[in-house]
Amino acid sequence: MSSPWEVVIGLEIHAQLATVSKIFSGASTAYGAEPNTQACLIDLGYPGVLPVLNEEAVRMACKFGLSVNATVARRSVFARKNYFYPDLPKGYQISQYELPIVENGELMITGGDGNQKRIGITRAHLEEDAGKSIHEGFGRSSGIDLNRAGTPLLEIVSEPDLRSAKEAIDYMRKIHTIVRYLGISDGNMQEGSFRCDANVSIRPSGESELGTRTEIKNLNSFRFVEKAINFEIERQIELIEDGGKVVQETRLYDSDRDETRSMRSKEEANDYRYFPDPDLLPIEIDDDYVEAVRATLPELPDAKQRRFVADYGLRQEDAGILVGTRAVADYFEAAAVATGAGAQIVANWVLGDLSAALNRDGLDIDGSRISPARLAGLLDRIDDNTISGKIAKEVFEALWAGEGTADEIIDKKGLRQITDAAAIEAVVDEIIAANPTQVADYQSGKDKLIGFFVGQVMKATGGKANPGQVNAILKDKLGSA
Amino acid sequence: MSQDLHTLTLTQLAAGLGNGDYSSVQLTEALLARIASLDKTLNAFVTVTADAALAAARRADESRAAGKGGVLNGLPVVHKDIFCTRGVLTTCGSRMLENFVAPYDATIVERLNAAGAVVLGKTNMDEFAMGSSNETSYFGPVRNPWDLERSPGGSSGGSAAAVAARFAPAATGTDTGGSIRQPAALTGTVGLKPTYGRVSRYGMIAFASSLDQAGVITRSTEDAALLLGVMAGLDERDSTSIDHPVPDYVDALSGPIDGLRVGVVRQHFDAGLDEKCAAAVREALAVLEARGAVLTEVDLPNLDLSVPTYYVVAPAECSSNLSRFDGIRFGHRADNPEDLLDLYCRSRGEGFGAEVKRRIMTGTYVLSAGYYDAYYLKAQQVRQLIADDFKKAFAEVDVIAGPTSPTPAFKLGDKTDDPITMYLNDIYTIGANLAGLPALSTPCGFVEGLPVGLHLVGPHFGEAALLRCSHHYEQETDWHTACPESYR
Repeated sequence: MSSPWEVVIGLEIHAQLATVSKIFSGASTAYGAEPNTQACLIDLGYPGVLPVLNEEAVRMACKFGLSVNATVARRSVFARKNYFYPDLPKGYQISQYELPIVENGELMITGGDGNQKRIGITRAHLEEDAGKSIHEGFGRSSGIDLNRAGTPLLEIVSEPDLRSAKEAIDYMRKIHTIVRYLGISDGNMQEGSFRCDANVSIRPSGESELGTRTEIKNLNSFRFVEKAINFEIERQIELIEDGGKVVQETRLYDSDRDETRSMRSKEEANDYRYFPDPDLLPIEIDDDYVEAVRATLPELPDAKQRRFVADYGLRQEDAGILVGTRAVADYFEAAAVATGAGAQIVANWVLGDLSAALNRDGLDIDGSRISPARLAGLLDRIDDNTISGKIAKEVFEALWAGEGTADEIIDKKGLRQITDAAAIEAVVDEIIAANPTQVADYQSGKDKLIGFFVGQVMKATGGKANPGQVNAILKDKLGSA
Repeated sequence: MSQDLHTLTLTQLAAGLGNGDYSSVQLTEALLARIASLDKTLNAFVTVTADAALAAARRADESRAAGKGGVLNGLPVVHKDIFCTRGVLTTCGSRMLENFVAPYDATIVERLNAAGAVVLGKTNMDEFAMGSSNETSYFGPVRNPWDLERSPGGSSGGSAAAVAARFAPAATGTDTGGSIRQPAALTGTVGLKPTYGRVSRYGMIAFASSLDQAGVITRSTEDAALLLGVMAGLDERDSTSIDHPVPDYVDALSGPIDGLRVGVVRQHFDAGLDEKCAAAVREALAVLEARGAVLTEVDLPNLDLSVPTYYVVAPAECSSNLSRFDGIRFGHRADNPEDLLDLYCRSRGEGFGAEVKRRIMTGTYVLSAGYYDAYYLKAQQVRQLIADDFKKAFAEVDVIAGPTSPTPAFKLGDKTDDPITMYLNDIYTIGANLAGLPALSTPCGFVEGLPVGLHLVGPHFGEAALLRCSHHYEQETDWHTACPESYR
């Protein structure tokens, strides 16, 4: 049953740029320092200080723009957004308003109907982050930590093209993947390096006018984005179906109670009194600069996925998962190139046993205890029948434990597969002789017992007998069922 | 040792120190003694840094003895209290910063220190440089050495009075709408506002960032040229400072002004200009002509729009610039705030004076939603027209000359109840700020015993021609050497 309501969502994503120093000062951007130890006079907004733009932030914004097929503005302007708050030292935030550095981009996601869908990116602009207010542990006062003040942010604003929480998440993940591919943000959501505000409205299906929207602030996990949007959609539908009206307002998502709550209405909203910042010159970029940045762009996830399918014959879904993280894709490709076992096998191992081992030990791919070359060495031994798939799992664990290369482990542990037919036949004979009842049952038609015999032979050989050969010899000796 | 060291200019003192006629310590002691005895009535200083000055003088004498030292080695200067000076009170004339000790030096302070200057103290000023009479200072008005009942002008009134009263041969100042040139005119001193971007604004507490420019007040054009050479040039810490070569301004003084095209602005002599001031300025123009300059009439058709334009742009920027004074990190903080809003409201309410509040409110208004286009944006457009007028004029002339101020020094209290009349005092000077042009005022006579200034404006980076023109004028006249009687 199709819903009588259409959901309209636009996201404003704040990606913290991975510069070494702040956007307008030389102070460090490293996370987790003692409060107020990484705020210099400029970050503190001292009398007389002036901002100086960090060019690295401009380069990063430019990279992003080119990656989403956007226009990189040849001239963009910093503006002051004026409001009072204790963690905003100057009483204004330096941002971009009328003339942002990136405009008119786009991104493809998989839509609700399974088809590719274009999501417009209205703009992306550079701005400085504020500090943090700490309301616990200071009695009736609040503490201020200005370490984060002046950290560069890229605010990425989508068109209201998203039609469900799922699409919103897909879009956000895609942006997340891109910024990490570009190396312009670590995307760390726990540390707040990647967060978003969601604008949500509903309208009767088929209606072209937008409904009144609410803005849900500061969502810092994919799960919260999904839950907050879904809660908000339900809330708005209920409200309207009960004869009420949606009020334009800012809402906060409370993850403990899984609900959104009103923060301030449009009437209470600040008049930010934006105007061009007279302390900073416009950012002027020429074509040479843009082309030089373009030349540094890595292969982006969509292109990589297409290539993995075309060149390696991977399944679309597997390729999609592999390219989700640049380092995983690189790992896969390094192993795939090094082994003769076939790329899909490599993908299966990377997405299967390797992922499981990484998860178990809480590591990411860069922390893998098995190098792509060693994984390739293992897969080669499966491929040439030196070991069975089952023994391979044992070798994998030994590789993970750092016991050497696959060949060294196979030799040391004597795991080489038995392919000598005479040796297998001898074991088969023993097993047949030891289990007369089962032999009789098998021969009277219980052909499922073949599994029992195979298991017995494998057990007797410590799993090293070639399973295919065991099967064939058993069938031959037992006669037809 | 001469008892009259205070009467000497920077250039004369540099020669005397070089010849070993006296030491920097002797010079510093003499001026400090003078300040101690005479500034009680004048109120030119907020802070006198006697110990630090003597220590700097001793270092200067030692480096001189060792054959070292910069071009200003051992020479005394004073700084307007808008410039941050490390470890020294920097009040900006406001209760808001009554106890603010700057943790760093402004770029120009650093550059003057590096050249060997000895800083005697910090001078009084209109609060946050907002005023034309020095009456908005939290530390009380400065008095004009030529007539203690009168204002020395503002906002760099303390600097101008200190130089006119021979407390120091030179002072720094800042000029957002005339704040160096108007007090220079009203105290019989030379005041130079360089091209916007010529001198770094780093460490200069911002009033209106797109208009503010640091400059100097001296008793001769030569001294202004000397100081400008030290202060000017690119500063990586100020994005609006411009990477333009710094010529030897002192060297450039000696060139001829034969054929120098001097523009006389038709609108300058309209109603509003005191007739005797007008006569003094006309006489000065005749002197320049006699020296070989060619006078040409030029048109600045939008001149009458400069004051209203300025009073939209400057308050808009100041309303934002002064937001950082919120009682949270530095400056005045209200006692026992009930909550955050109370902390903000009372800290700012108590910390700022009436004129600053008036401008913050005006600025907040013109930037507000619904008013931005009609005021701020419109003012920016008019600002462009005014800049274009100057550009057209400078296609015809090398320098524009006229009065600095419509009247000589007015009485303290005369205009405090009427901000509009006060604002109109800057009619001749504001244009140069709106267009970012260099300008100076040099003494050109007296009206009823009060000094009058000749105002010269040049094209961008045209400081050398301005200074040369002014220097030539000083060769023919001795107005700039006149000293108020009680301060000889």
